[in-house]
Amino acid sequence: MSLGSDVDMGGLALSVKSLSVSFGSTPVLTNLSFDVPAGTALAIVGPNGAGKSVLARALVGTLGHAGSVEWASGTKIGYVPQKLDLERDLPITGRDFLQAKAAVSRASRDEVGRAVARVGLTATSAGRPIGALSGGQFQRLLVACALIGRPTVLLLDEPTAGVDEPGQDTINHTMAQLRETEGMSILFISHDLSVVFRYATNVLCLSRHTTCFGPPRTILTTERLEEVYGTPVGYHVHASPEGSAQSQQPDRAPDDVRP
Amino acid sequence: MHQTTFDPSTIALSIGAGAAAGLVGCFAVMRRMTLAADAISHIALPGIGLAILLRIHPIVGGVAALLVGTILVWGIENTTRLATETIIGVVFSTALALGSLITSGEDLLEALFGGVGRLTAAEASLGLAVSAAVIAFVLLQRHRLVLALVSPEIAHTSGIDVRRLNLGFLLVFALTIALGLRYLGVLLVGALIIIPAATAKRLARDLRGMLVISVVVSIASTTLGTWLSLAFRRAPGSLIVLVAAALFALTLLHRRPA
Repeated sequence: MSLGSDVDMGGLALSVKSLSVSFGSTPVLTNLSFDVPAGTALAIVGPNGAGKSVLARALVGTLGHAGSVEWASGTKIGYVPQKLDLERDLPITGRDFLQAKAAVSRASRDEVGRAVARVGLTATSAGRPIGALSGGQFQRLLVACALIGRPTVLLLDEPTAGVDEPGQDTINHTMAQLRETEGMSILFISHDLSVVFRYATNVLCLSRHTTCFGPPRTILTTERLEEVYGTPVGYHVHASPEGSAQSQQPDRAPDDVRP
Repeated sequence: MHQTTFDPSTIALSIGAGAAAGLVGCFAVMRRMTLAADAISHIALPGIGLAILLRIHPIVGGVAALLVGTILVWGIENTTRLATETIIGVVFSTALALGSLITSGEDLLEALFGGVGRLTAAEASLGLAVSAAVIAFVLLQRHRLVLALVSPEIAHTSGIDVRRLNLGFLLVFALTIALGLRYLGVLLVGALIIIPAATAKRLARDLRGMLVISVVVSIASTTLGTWLSLAFRRAPGSLIVLVAAALFALTLLHRRPA
């Protein structure tokens, strides 16, 4: 889907102004405003029920909302939804699913092959019915699907949920690589704050009481996280190859504890 | 009066309607519309009753009621938060009540169970044209239907107008029901859409397999059922459904590989 207005967005991939979403009389998101510069990675964090997936659906246009969501002209979104309710015996294979995406996006067979290779999905897994895939294999399939059709933006709702450690590294590394080499803008929802610290340019935190936005160094502080999650939260920061990330470790967060 | 010979137009329509029902059924079953298929077919009843009252062809009334009912279901679904099954349940019960009020006893029996005489050339041609349109829709839209089935959000971000696709599918579904109304009647027509696809779902490992098996089972059911009806001078509807059900029962012997 090609989105966006012809208005010059000054290097922004996305501009959200006064976004509010309610279910009946229950407000889920209230007056949310933020920008995503093109080619950057925005992590959306917050406790369960804070409205992260609701925000994702409002951003892709499948949920009604007040306020404005403006994508840069020519934006194509590759979307990975959070959870899908599929029957186990559905006779649609991973290959059928990817071919369907390729046909609709007019993508070549090579592009499908590249997407599958990028997420490390094996040919055997791609040939199995999607309902019979493990959680991790299915997530890889969804990410591969999102990569087909030359997207300019990836919007990923917990893309590594249920994926094993090597698989998480593959997906996270692929996201970073796509941003660096192809200038893709990435928006991802994650509960893994060490991944957020490592890969995000900016962090948007949502909770029932507060929202905050800024670079990980200023947002992922002990005090701020406690305010957002309502409980003390720690996380482990991986050392970058240059060793610089260690110095960005928050004041009190030595443990690999995820919210 | 029942038809007594297996003429070319009957064979062609059995194959055409069978293929259309087999293809539409695959997506109906995968979209969990199994009960909806039966319910939607009942919407034809008031149209048939009204057509008989107005002395026009009953199928014309049935098709009109199906199309109006389908658009009504789609419209309510898009403007309320009610589940499709709930809406179909309400619309179907209302249609059944209206239909039984305005249709007389003998006509009602024929509308419910089907079973009519020889096809006219115009009826056969129209039936074949509708079959071709249904088959073309499913084959051309199959990729969009797969994406929308797995995730409406992925379909939407892929540029698919999911609401329009759903309306298109519901209309094609209604037309397929209309195709079978004359032979199978309101009560049995849903079975021709659902049973072959349910059979295929048990046997197939991928989409192509499901589409092919469903079409083969559906065509086998319509042609064999029609032939049996001529041989034993019985109404075709029941025999078509019994053949389809027997083929489904055979698949219960087949254990799917893990």
